[in-house]
Amino acid sequence: MGKNLVGNHIRKLRFNHDEMTQQQLADKVGVTRQTIVALEKGNYSPSLELAFRIAHAFNLPLEEVFFYGDNTEQ
Amino acid sequence: MTYQEKKSIVSVISAILIFVSYCLYMYPRFPGGGVESSEAFRYWGSFVLYLTLFSIVAHIIISIIFNIVFRITTNEKEPTFADELDKLINLKAYRNSFFAFIVGFLFAMGSLVSYQPLHVMFIILITSGFISDVTGSVTKLYHYRKGV
Repeated sequence: MGKNLVGNHIRKLRFNHDEMTQQQLADKVGVTRQTIVALEKGNYSPSLELAFRIAHAFNLPLEEVFFYGDNTEQ
Repeated sequence: MTYQEKKSIVSVISAILIFVSYCLYMYPRFPGGGVESSEAFRYWGSFVLYLTLFSIVAHIIISIIFNIVFRITTNEKEPTFADELDKLINLKAYRNSFFAFIVGFLFAMGSLVSYQPLHVMFIILITSGFISDVTGSVTKLYHYRKGV
């Protein structure tokens, strides 16, 4: 399976938001915890709708949660 | 290991156990004589029909037992809905499963074309059904572990 080019800062953002658990984020955006795990591992590129829901959960614009290609900050 | 991964593994193991145990049960009941009589057709018809019913019931029972064991061992509830990742993985599993069955189906038709006995066609058909079931579960396990 090829590595996904869409990366994210979900793990970091969860910790910056009162150490939100994966389950809490999953409940907020309407997916299972497994999907949050897959996103954090970079095993899954979310749909545009889910990406927006996650960004809204952190009250951030989309590009501050997700990035395309290599990101040296991560 | 997540719920979905464990469920896929249980699915593979239960499919193998169900198929092998059912074949061992039905094998001695094969009508003798070697002729392709109406009795042989009846045998193969009942084989497929009862295998379908038996595997549905067995899968439901195994699934219930698995959920109970999962809750007890992990103190976690199983997911009650399928999200977009689950649906995507299910689609890929169906595709691979369907492909496996179609290949088997074509081989079964090929056996008729090459003048093989009728029971060869039925054995290939039933085996391809089993392989397609296992292929679906293995595909799910692969994508839940490696990603989509």
